[in-house]
Amino acid sequence: MDVQQSAQPAAVIQTETPPNMRRKWLKKLISQRYLQVMALLGIAWMIIFNYIPMYGVIIAFKDYDIIGTISSAPWVGLEHFKEFLTDDNFSYVMKNTLGISLLKLLTFPLPIIFALFLNEVRSLRFKKAIQTISYLPHFLSWVVLGGILATWLADTGFINDVFMALHLIDQPISFLAEPNYFWTIVITSDVWKELGWSAIIYLAAITSISPEMYEAATIDGAGRFQKMWYVTLPALKPTISILFILAVSGVMNSNFDQILVLHNSLNDSASNVIDYYVYNMGISQSRFSYSAAIGLFKSVIALVLLLIANQVSKKLNDTSLF
Amino acid sequence: MFLTSRRTKGEFVFDLLNNILMVLICFATLYPIWYVLINSFNDGKDAMLGGIYWWPRIFSIENYKAVFNNAGILTAMWLTVAKTLVGVFAHVFFTAMVAYAFSRRDLIGGKLYILLGTITMIFSGGLIPTYLLIRDLHLLDNFLVYIIPVLFSFFDLIIFMTFFRDIPDGLEEAGRIDGANDWTIFLKIVLPVSMPVLATIALFHGVYQWNDYFTGIIYINNESLQPIQTFLYRVVAQSSSNIMTTALQGNAVTKSVTSQSVKLATMVVTTLPIVFAYPFLQRYFVKGMMIGSIKG
Repeated sequence: MDVQQSAQPAAVIQTETPPNMRRKWLKKLISQRYLQVMALLGIAWMIIFNYIPMYGVIIAFKDYDIIGTISSAPWVGLEHFKEFLTDDNFSYVMKNTLGISLLKLLTFPLPIIFALFLNEVRSLRFKKAIQTISYLPHFLSWVVLGGILATWLADTGFINDVFMALHLIDQPISFLAEPNYFWTIVITSDVWKELGWSAIIYLAAITSISPEMYEAATIDGAGRFQKMWYVTLPALKPTISILFILAVSGVMNSNFDQILVLHNSLNDSASNVIDYYVYNMGISQSRFSYSAAIGLFKSVIALVLLLIANQVSKKLNDTSLF
Repeated sequence: MFLTSRRTKGEFVFDLLNNILMVLICFATLYPIWYVLINSFNDGKDAMLGGIYWWPRIFSIENYKAVFNNAGILTAMWLTVAKTLVGVFAHVFFTAMVAYAFSRRDLIGGKLYILLGTITMIFSGGLIPTYLLIRDLHLLDNFLVYIIPVLFSFFDLIIFMTFFRDIPDGLEEAGRIDGANDWTIFLKIVLPVSMPVLATIALFHGVYQWNDYFTGIIYINNESLQPIQTFLYRVVAQSSSNIMTTALQGNAVTKSVTSQSVKLATMVVTTLPIVFAYPFLQRYFVKGMMIGSIKG
């Protein structure tokens, strides 16, 4: 009470301005009515297509059936989460998700190395040509790439032809029907598709390094590798950190497009990942609440990973997303 | 390769090895595509024997004839062209419009709007709640499912916004003095000077629209609304070659064609538009991706 009373004089002074300010504000609002309509159309879209699905996540805690609405469905608490965690499929789906993603994380340095070496190419034309060629596969769809892989790995395909010719095998292998090869195929094709594209951002960062740094290093007697190690790489550190944080937070994602194309019933034990499981349970079998719960479980882990990676990066080298 | 007096022997060796490495990477990138291309131009029955590495063994365009005679493939192709054109136009226009409003620093509520957008980049409802929304909006088996749910992208908005904020204020003020309102300024002044960034986003979204097969899988049951990538997916990934064989039965001419060889020809035809658009637009997207990655 005391505090409020003592604050009153200040409030009195303020009451003189609001009508004026409000009028000004209203005038400004009217003057930008076109802009406001343009902005609010965007906000409306976001509310419908981003925020309503976020609200829809609550079906993970409910027993939703196709006929009813989300709000009328009965609450069941954590039942769906419990079911997934005790499900027989849980362990292999988790193993595949984490296994494929961690292997992909191991390929993280490859675009950096590629960018470093590409940067050392002297002929500008040759450099441009390599760059253009290297990111071409990024623009192919995973469906077409799946077709290329199927042709490439078929019984009479290139790989079997070569392996047979070299007498490494005496019977063609049906690679895509064999769980043992699945992870290798996924990782290799992913590197093939995205190497050049991922390198673009590092190359861009390299071009922004001041040439004086290199000149100074040359005067100090540094060779090409030393310049790479002591000048280029440290300059790339912030870029690398940010992209690494994003890569870590994507660990649970394991590139659904690619998995969906390469998955078949024969390689299921190595190819069924969380995203595929959600798709299969939810869309194909209409178990909406159960698969929404698994999807939420995944998102929460991904968010925690993002926060951890962000904190670690902040501590280690002062770079972070937020 | 070009030995100058300034370069030491070690440098020469390094350059040589580095160039060889780069050539190898290019080869590894292009060869798998080439392999598919030449096999698609080979007689289908003969291609089943394998061993075609550099050039077709029995050259044939029958596979392509079969593709262009197949009603299912053609319908899917036209649908893809339509959804890509409509989708790109709508997405670029709508996102640019919202971005222009957001880019104005004096916009009332601007900070809140941007916060709302940023949240959408971190959190999402996921597959199932989105599916239920699309179903409730009656977009299942509807052409608009290719357009409306991807009409807007906050990531693209950031790229546009960065560009719009760099446009000199004088340009817009000149329009305002002439009595133009914000809508006219956006249409007549901002859009025309923003061609590079419009082209970048158009390319990104065009590639997305052209390559997207997932929308067709989950939201579409009606085969005549199925894009070419979904068609290919059903053939390639599910190995349900009976779609192809039924497509082939009508063709008495094509005795040498197999479902596999038609599949290859379809893949090539599907990829051609991207390969053609690539050289024209690629100078834009590198720049665009950098703006996006630095600000995002």
